[in-house]
Amino acid sequence: MIDFVYLVPLLPLLGFTTLVLFGRRLGEPAAGWLATAAIGGSFLSAVLTFFGLRSLEGEERVVTKTLFEWVPVGDFSVDVAFLVDPLSVAMILFVTGIGTLIHLYSIGYMHGDENYSKFFLYLNLFTFSMLMLVLGNNLLLTFLGWEGVGACSYFLISFWFTDEANASAGKKAFVTNRVGDWGFMVATFLAFATVGSIDYLTLNGTASQMSTPVVTGIVLLLFVGAMGKSAQFPLYLWLPDAMAGPTPVSALIHAATMVTSGVYLLTRVNGLLYEVTERAGWATNLIAWVGVGTALFAATIAVAQNDIKKVLAYSTVSQLGYMILAVGVGAYVAAIFHMVMHAFFKALLFLGSGSVIHGMDNDQDMRRYGGLQKLMPITAGTFIIGWLAIAGVPPFAGFWSKDEILLGAWDSGGLNGKALWLVGLITALLTAFYMSRQVFMTFFGRYRYNDPDASEVDEAWSAYLADAEATSVSASAAAAETAQAHTDAIAAHAEASEAFSTAKIDAATVSGDDEESAKKAIEAADRALTSSAEAEVETKESSEAASAAATTASVALGDAQAAESARSGPALGEPDDAGEAASFLPEAVAARAEHHPHESPWHMTAPLVVLAGLSIVGGILNLPFTKGLHFLEQWLEPALAHEHVVNASAATKWILAFVAIAAGAVGILVAAQTYLQHRRDPALVERPILADAWGYDRVVSAFMGGPGTKLFDAIAWFDATIIDGMVNGVATTVRDGGSVVRRLQSGFVRSYALGISLGSVALLVWFFVRTAA
Amino acid sequence: MGELTHNYYLVLGAVVFSIGAVGLLVRRNPLVMFMCVELMLNAVNLTFVGLAWGLNDIGGQVAVFFVMVVAAAEVVVGLAIVVAIMRRRDGATSDDLSALRG
Amino acid sequence: MIESVLLAAESSADVGFPALTSLVVIPALGALALALVPAARVEAHRLIALLATVITGAISVWVLLVFDKSDGGFQLRSDDPTVWVESLGIRWDLAVDGISLFLVVLTGILFPLAILGVMPEHSPKNYYAWIVALEAGVMGVFLTLDLFFFFVFFEVVLVPMYFLIGRWGHGNRVYAATKFFLYTMFGSALMLVGILSIVFISENATGVVTFNILELAEGQHWGQTAGRWIFLSFALAFSVKVPIFPVHTWLPDAHTEAPTAGSVILAGVMLKLGTYGFLRFGLFLFPEASTWFAPVMMILGTVGIIYGAVVATMQKDLKRLVAYSSIAHLGFIVLGTFAITTEALTGSVMQMVNHGLSTGALFFLVGWLYERRHTREIAALGGLQKTAPIFAAAFTLVMLSSIGLPGLNGFVGEFLILLGAFVANPWITSVAATGVILAALYLLWAYQRVFHGPADGENAEMEDLKLSEGLVLLPMLALIVFLGVYPKPMLERIEPSIDALIAHIDRNVDDWTEPTADVLAPADDHGEDDHGDDEEHGEEAE
Repeated sequence: MIDFVYLVPLLPLLGFTTLVLFGRRLGEPAAGWLATAAIGGSFLSAVLTFFGLRSLEGEERVVTKTLFEWVPVGDFSVDVAFLVDPLSVAMILFVTGIGTLIHLYSIGYMHGDENYSKFFLYLNLFTFSMLMLVLGNNLLLTFLGWEGVGACSYFLISFWFTDEANASAGKKAFVTNRVGDWGFMVATFLAFATVGSIDYLTLNGTASQMSTPVVTGIVLLLFVGAMGKSAQFPLYLWLPDAMAGPTPVSALIHAATMVTSGVYLLTRVNGLLYEVTERAGWATNLIAWVGVGTALFAATIAVAQNDIKKVLAYSTVSQLGYMILAVGVGAYVAAIFHMVMHAFFKALLFLGSGSVIHGMDNDQDMRRYGGLQKLMPITAGTFIIGWLAIAGVPPFAGFWSKDEILLGAWDSGGLNGKALWLVGLITALLTAFYMSRQVFMTFFGRYRYNDPDASEVDEAWSAYLADAEATSVSASAAAAETAQAHTDAIAAHAEASEAFSTAKIDAATVSGDDEESAKKAIEAADRALTSSAEAEVETKESSEAASAAATTASVALGDAQAAESARSGPALGEPDDAGEAASFLPEAVAARAEHHPHESPWHMTAPLVVLAGLSIVGGILNLPFTKGLHFLEQWLEPALAHEHVVNASAATKWILAFVAIAAGAVGILVAAQTYLQHRRDPALVERPILADAWGYDRVVSAFMGGPGTKLFDAIAWFDATIIDGMVNGVATTVRDGGSVVRRLQSGFVRSYALGISLGSVALLVWFFVRTAA
Repeated sequence: MGELTHNYYLVLGAVVFSIGAVGLLVRRNPLVMFMCVELMLNAVNLTFVGLAWGLNDIGGQVAVFFVMVVAAAEVVVGLAIVVAIMRRRDGATSDDLSALRG
Repeated sequence: MIESVLLAAESSADVGFPALTSLVVIPALGALALALVPAARVEAHRLIALLATVITGAISVWVLLVFDKSDGGFQLRSDDPTVWVESLGIRWDLAVDGISLFLVVLTGILFPLAILGVMPEHSPKNYYAWIVALEAGVMGVFLTLDLFFFFVFFEVVLVPMYFLIGRWGHGNRVYAATKFFLYTMFGSALMLVGILSIVFISENATGVVTFNILELAEGQHWGQTAGRWIFLSFALAFSVKVPIFPVHTWLPDAHTEAPTAGSVILAGVMLKLGTYGFLRFGLFLFPEASTWFAPVMMILGTVGIIYGAVVATMQKDLKRLVAYSSIAHLGFIVLGTFAITTEALTGSVMQMVNHGLSTGALFFLVGWLYERRHTREIAALGGLQKTAPIFAAAFTLVMLSSIGLPGLNGFVGEFLILLGAFVANPWITSVAATGVILAALYLLWAYQRVFHGPADGENAEMEDLKLSEGLVLLPMLALIVFLGVYPKPMLERIEPSIDALIAHIDRNVDDWTEPTADVLAPADDHGEDDHGDDEEHGEEAE
């Protein structure tokens, strides 16, 4: 039955090739179902392989299955061969199992995408590569899968490539991973140069014969590779950006499977790590500290993120740090245990977040969520289970595995071990806090999608102020205009009365016929006088009214400015309704009110339910109470070169467990006070520097964009100007020299003749001199 | 004066060669220059023959034949060029003919 | 060794027809025929050129099929000592071994594709005549065992390429063509002196004049100092051809300005004349000097890897970027050649073919892009994956091969080179391995700027890959995947010849042995008491 292992990677590969050839014709949803069926079949084969391996006796459970010779040159020979042992079988089970669920989920999630079949093609190729990574019996075949998953990750992050940000994120992921791959490659070379072979069994078997620098070198170089793939400081940078990809990709690749391959690789070579622990403990200790340091570092960043996927991304970095810590302290079973548990609950959380994003019209900002548990009951219920699992609440999956790791750290001895444990504990507290924050912001409290954002409120206020100001300006302009009209009317009136007096005087001096006309003129002047008097009164009234209006408008403007400067944020947990400026909110706010969040279709919720179930009961795999319940440990034993012995007493174990539970409880309680009861201002923890990821990403990007680019440009300039300039300089020198020498070619035959004569004479003289001497 | 040795021929050849060389350098008329070149060539021929006789080596005579053939060919081509140039531009001296200046 | 070689030649000489001679003669005849056909008969030109190159290609594949993979010596030798100038020791002596076999096949495949892939913009008759003549020259270099003919062919290939660039190239073509010609000519000038030196030195020693490299290499009559100086004269010629930093600047100009077919052939096969020269005439003729200069050459190779990649990153012209990537790739080959281990040398030979395939395909794609958009400016392109998805997919595959993604051909060669070089010199190789990071950087960045993002303006209307273009690309893509998944058939044909070469070096250099990996076997028990005794295992590798 172990031969079914061939089918495990073969089926996804077949799925991939079929989709390459016929994907477009199959279309939606056939392409998705085909891909899902391929992975499902692969899962079944993995299950059969598991039973096949189980039927063997303990020590025989390490089987190598060879397909063909891959790269045979000289002393170097590498086969395409699978190492089927408890470790790899455990991995293929969970990779294909979770893979199937995520494929199923994607059928619904990718609905309507124009590159629907291409998405599944990449997913299948990814699964194939991941299985090669896991099953390879040597470093090179693992490297094939290692780079393969990296390439698929690149394709999938930049899946929506028309957006520059996605394209950049994909490239960043690939290039950053390549930095780690450098370590992997050099480790492979070093292993070959020392052992003459790079298959895992030989490497683990000869670890004790290697010199200390070499074995330490191999382990640390492989760790560099693991830092890239498993997103450890300082190479974690790509993972938060990788969230640009579709959410199922984040769940499958950037949470559950690919990112754990660094942990898997280090566990795979546990024989080497054991030797390093024995002989150069500083190196494994370094690994442990990088792990726990990354865990704490990422957890602090996660508390201040507002993008639902970014929180999960940093959480993933943090949890991977735990696994690396476990590897560093030699608790390989705990590392694998946590890897599997993490795959369950983190895939669940990512898929849940995908469901939320899907329901919320692709909005990823948690500040706009809230109260969704009523609108998306299945998503909310399963997400809450995932939250409890990651927050370390017993008896959910994450509690058991995290506890194992912390125990391993405590047990690794000395003050160093206690310090590792303490940092891990603080991280656990933070984990409980930021995950509770996420759950409370998303599913509890008030439904906030219709609320205006702070920026929208600002916009409304400035629109409001601008409006008041415009009113005031136009009112005072009107006042000035009417006042002018009034002044004109007074002047007209004065003129009219002048004309009236003149008419009267004129009438007094005339006689006869002229009297009649003078009388008429007086009458006319009198009428004009009357109307101008009326006009004067009228304009006076309107001028007064306009100036009163201008005063009112300017008072209103003052009020508005006062209100703007006096405006304060809303009460904690309450929306900012923009007060007086409410009618000036942008249209987007009103448009959002039209949106009604909805639960996702069954393809998407079914995987959630399955994963939630696993997150509840997953801990059964390795319960700590009695030796008989260590199923995973017993299963993995043949794959581990040395048994990990826990020295801590039972009492210590209980105390540590309770302390861990207490830390988780504190984290949850603080989050509840802050985000549920609104008794504290969130700004206390959501520091800008945390939201900015301690500025590390920014600094690195600035370096790459600034001095890094400048250096590269300088070298390119050096090439074009100095190196090529020298070549062109030689050419120019030759040409210039030629134009000097050409003068000798005067065209005068007689000067040539003279030259020939003189030359002959010179030659003769030289001959004579030579003969004489 | 003693016996007639080949030295006399060598001296005569040298004198004729010098006349030709100086003539080539000082005259500007292409035809005269041509004749000077012929003088030089024949001076060399004379030297060859003289030495062949003096050293009793037939090789010198053979060389003369080569020189004469080459000289004849050269005269044919050279005179043709000179004539062609004379037809186009009257009374040109060799100094006027510097079209091949670099 | 020479006896065994001659024996092998006799045993496989009886193949019925002079296959290798025809590989040189058929294209030469094709060129002659093209020269005789009137320029007005346009339809005939393409046909004749295709016929000549396809037949040559078919024969080269046939040679691959009859090649005896267990034999590391020269095969199918068509050595007729009566032909040509026997008294000067110059003979028409052709043969293939594992080192030249795949280069011959690559040449045979690439030329018909180059003719099919692009149409000349004008004067088809001369264009095809030069291309076909070029093939004859290239084949000659790869096949001949005679230094005289080698030099002749090595120089002859410059002429057709000069005209191809100068007449059918782009913008600054005359400058590029002249630079290319003079630079490479200058490089090989001293090689002629070198060739004559070793011929005369061995004539003084043996009394026999010969240009045959087998006899010369076996004799090794030149002393240490002379050998090193003469090696340098060869190395300069090959370094310019490869090209190695700092004598590389003719390449970006020539590649960029050459017509598409010219770039494909230039990158695909002509650069290999240099790397092949290092293997065949550097290591083989001057084993002592090669091992002595090896560290320097490895460093130069490493410099080329990183320098080429860095400069490629900042290029604004897509074709120029690919050209600089060639410098980086050939740096790997130089590194592998002078590591002088079985793995690295085998990897180098394989990488020569890989680079021909992947960079050749990249030049095709860039050329077709230029035909459509009339620009190679990266900034002017964008979002093409939207408008031309198949084109983008082909580009992606070739790009990944060039980056060295496992499962594709580029990785196998690159990995073997680095692996073998690490055994020889871990520090230099660790630095060289950073080239894989830079390769990803410059290619992915270029891809992002050209194919990702929104498509605007003319980019929104670009035509996708045509069927005819796809058919040209298909053999190359198929080989890229096949050689990545199953390189064994290729490796097992290369390796015996590499073993023979290394044995030759070992025999002729006193204080040199091939650097090899240590071998440890798993202990029976995992006892912890046996640490101390092999402390120095790791140091040996260094």
